[in-house]
Amino acid sequence: MNSPLDSAGTGANGGIQSGRYYGRGIPYLPIDGYPGKLIAIEGTDGVGRSTQIQLLREWLEVQGYGVVETGWTRSPLMQPTIELAKASNTLNKLTFVLLYATDFADRLEKEIIPALKAGFVVLSDRYIFTALARAGVRGVDRQWLRSLYGFAIAPHLVFYLRVDVETLIGRILKSRGMDFWESGMDLKLGDDIYDSFRAYQNRLLREYASMADEFHFRIMDARRSMAHIQDELRKQVAAFLERGDGAPAVR
Amino acid sequence: MLNNLERKHEYSGKLFVVEGIDGSGKTTQLALLAKWLSAEGYRVFVTEWNSSVLVKAATKSGKKKNALTPMTFSLLHATDFADRLLYKIIPPLKAGMIVLADRYAYTAFARDVTRGVDRQWVRELYSFAVRPDLALYFRVPIDVSLDRLMARRVKLKFYEAGLDLGWSANPMESFRLFQGKVLDEYERIGEEFGMQVVDAVLSITVQQRLVRALVSPHLRVEAAPETVDEQPVG
Repeated sequence: MNSPLDSAGTGANGGIQSGRYYGRGIPYLPIDGYPGKLIAIEGTDGVGRSTQIQLLREWLEVQGYGVVETGWTRSPLMQPTIELAKASNTLNKLTFVLLYATDFADRLEKEIIPALKAGFVVLSDRYIFTALARAGVRGVDRQWLRSLYGFAIAPHLVFYLRVDVETLIGRILKSRGMDFWESGMDLKLGDDIYDSFRAYQNRLLREYASMADEFHFRIMDARRSMAHIQDELRKQVAAFLERGDGAPAVR
Repeated sequence: MLNNLERKHEYSGKLFVVEGIDGSGKTTQLALLAKWLSAEGYRVFVTEWNSSVLVKAATKSGKKKNALTPMTFSLLHATDFADRLLYKIIPPLKAGMIVLADRYAYTAFARDVTRGVDRQWVRELYSFAVRPDLALYFRVPIDVSLDRLMARRVKLKFYEAGLDLGWSANPMESFRLFQGKVLDEYERIGEEFGMQVVDAVLSITVQQRLVRALVSPHLRVEAAPETVDEQPVG
């Protein structure tokens, strides 16, 4: 049943296959052979993901690809609940993880899978790795997390915009400042928000780094210029999309 | 991997669980059990499936717009359960109380799998749950449960009747189809997790006698009745 579309994955040793479910999957939604492509852009806050996605979308559409964007915590089903829970600060780490997973399941079934079925390129601003990193930092069992997200689809490409904590601090302070959750204040890592932000983001970066091999991240240096990163993204996306999937760019 | 559902918990309290489809009479039996335990001097806490404040809003709006898929239905209930477990079930267990749960993770196993969710996935999802000291399964034929619900003039609820699955537009017929499959799952789960089966067709009193007989052995050692304040020690 292996289609040539799976060639981007590393199914050779029985590991993750891009375009397939990571784990047990959703039995009532078989996705084999769907023509669309799922591309995730990952990275902590302040690495410029949204800008890169906007530029990438623009470029893909000019090439003639249909593009759908999706984000993390944007589903109409859960958004009010998550906002409420964040505001009231009553979430424990387990319900936090499960709320985000519910939200993702909603988006997966109602946005991502239909778009893949219809042949769109789906650009995901963050993906499950954000949830895995945040929960991992908070001490949630890693095996359990991976089993939970076994219903997620392995993206065809995962770009990880990597940055060091010093650069990140500079960017966040210049733009919108540090907020409670981005600083991991719930973890009580430091007395003030700066110390906490630093410690928390350091831990997050370590979590992302530990996932890089497991989930086949393509690592990009987010300290480079916006234009340079975009060039690199386009090169790699173009190489992937033009590789024998029968749907070359419209000329 | 967490495997809490498979190993005995270490709390000083006791967790007793009742399971069964709507109309099996489990809630009636649980209420009578609670009465008896309280009268015996135990401190009892009763908790229901799907009763936490946090996700009630989301479940409701989902139901209204008919927007829940089998996966989001499953995950929402797991979220609710996690919230209740950590805030309502574990603290009384730590305090040595008896917790009576009207439905537990097994309800999710039965319903979610019937809706098409992966059987192993949902078990792993709930692997953070505390293993009950005793789980009672009230086994009842569909017709008996439907008769009971109709006699009480209960309006069959959308999700309880499995109307979201579109198997039948008729609520009664849908209930019969959906809960019939739920019963099959319960049979499997009962064996897998060692639930005690109670014949829910028997009279209320006979069932309650059985229930108390099944609960009694769990009360002897650790969870001795509280010393009553009015009788000073020594």
